[in-house]
Amino acid sequence: SQGKMARDMSDIDILKMELEQLKKEVSTPREPVSKTSKDIMDWCEAASGTDLLITGVPDDKNPYKPEKGGCIIT
Amino acid sequence: MCDQTFLAITFGPCDSCSENRPLMNLYIKTEPINYCSLCMEIMACQGLASGETLKSLKAESETLRKKLEEERKKLHDVELEKVAEKAEALGELNMKTRRTLKGHGNKVLCMDWCKDKRRIVSSSQDGKVIVWDAFTTNKEHAVTMPTTWVMACAYAPSGCAIACGGLDNKCSVYPLSLDKDENLAAKKKSVAMHTNYLSGCTFTNSDMQILTSSGDGTSALWDVESGQLLQSFHGHSADVLTLDLAPSETGNTFVSGGSDKKANVWDLRSGQNVQSFDTHDSDINCVKYYPSGDAFASASDDSTCRLFDLRADREVSIYSKDSIMFGAASVDFSLSGRLLFAGYNDYTINVWDVLKGTRVAILFGHENRVSSLRVSPDGTAFCSGSWDNTLRNKFLFTMTAYPGQRWANCAPPFGTPNHGQM
Repeated sequence: SQGKMARDMSDIDILKMELEQLKKEVSTPREPVSKTSKDIMDWCEAASGTDLLITGVPDDKNPYKPEKGGCIIT
Repeated sequence: MCDQTFLAITFGPCDSCSENRPLMNLYIKTEPINYCSLCMEIMACQGLASGETLKSLKAESETLRKKLEEERKKLHDVELEKVAEKAEALGELNMKTRRTLKGHGNKVLCMDWCKDKRRIVSSSQDGKVIVWDAFTTNKEHAVTMPTTWVMACAYAPSGCAIACGGLDNKCSVYPLSLDKDENLAAKKKSVAMHTNYLSGCTFTNSDMQILTSSGDGTSALWDVESGQLLQSFHGHSADVLTLDLAPSETGNTFVSGGSDKKANVWDLRSGQNVQSFDTHDSDINCVKYYPSGDAFASASDDSTCRLFDLRADREVSIYSKDSIMFGAASVDFSLSGRLLFAGYNDYTINVWDVLKGTRVAILFGHENRVSSLRVSPDGTAFCSGSWDNTLRNKFLFTMTAYPGQRWANCAPPFGTPNHGQM
């Protein structure tokens, strides 16, 4: 079934493909959520100082100020 | 074909084609199979391994799915929300529209930022692809594609080219000329060829390669110069609607989402599907990597967005509310990954606290569904594109220290789907 479009495959071909995939995934290495979610949170907190959509930006550093007037191009 | 064969003639519905026919009652390794003679011939020709039938494959699949679920459950020792209780609460968010990019005469379907953090490319239903300067709102380039529904567009890392495609089943690259009068279409290069619509495209780390997703159920990696197919990715059982490349530091993978409700993670080099997630209840319209590369978010027609942890190999958060009943079309993270911006078919943008799972703001302003949404490369702003039929087709929101108008507490405007609710 290599190279076939999904909608051209018969039900049996699709099932076989899914089965092969499941066999691989069952033996995928995994880590506990307690560890991985802590890592996600730590990464986020470490980067929070640079996240301008949270910290905000002083007016003189904001590239979108001053407000653009009526430059409308249709 | 069989270990033991008992042949008897009965009349009834065939296990395979369901027609009422004379049946050949077979026992394959003691399992009874009632096929009509035609289906039995077909089965013999299909080269099935001994004992394999649709039924046995399904049973084996079910067993493996259960095993997979068990393995994942073992490691589900805590909820992300619980871990996030330690995280600092977010302050009030003030988001304000700073620019409206008007100029598309029809639905905006897709947009992408240039690495220079100020240019944007957008594409629409009527075939127009426009490059804008977001600071000045000037249109810098415009090209009309020989197709409608340009569902995908992307800026090249160098800023010197754009890629786009849609119902033409192709992805084409246009080098951007400094000469404003030059006809962009003349230099157009067809790179990708699919057998159904192009739903997504992105350059990889250079201008040399493009990754595409298609309604034909596949994703593919192409060499831009030669148009050669470098790798194809098979595994979705329906249209692939979206893809996102992992941040370059985390290696060579990408994630795709499809109409089969699955999100698949792929190895770019080998073409292998390395992980798969199927917890959504409907089409996945958009997938985006968390900035560290260890997770990704999805937006679905089931009106939820979800966070999938790649190292724990499971979904770890759902961003949803009973009051949100319309599909989510597009998502993107803020620079630190703390905020998830999501655009919905009810014309709103919801802003979620990724860690705590709560909604922190609702943004109104579009007059039709929000089809695409991207945070700028330096995180100073995000841009949303919409199906508004008016000329106000695009809005630029940016976070400022502006103390005034707060969008989050406005009631949904008259004319939008949730008018009257909060």
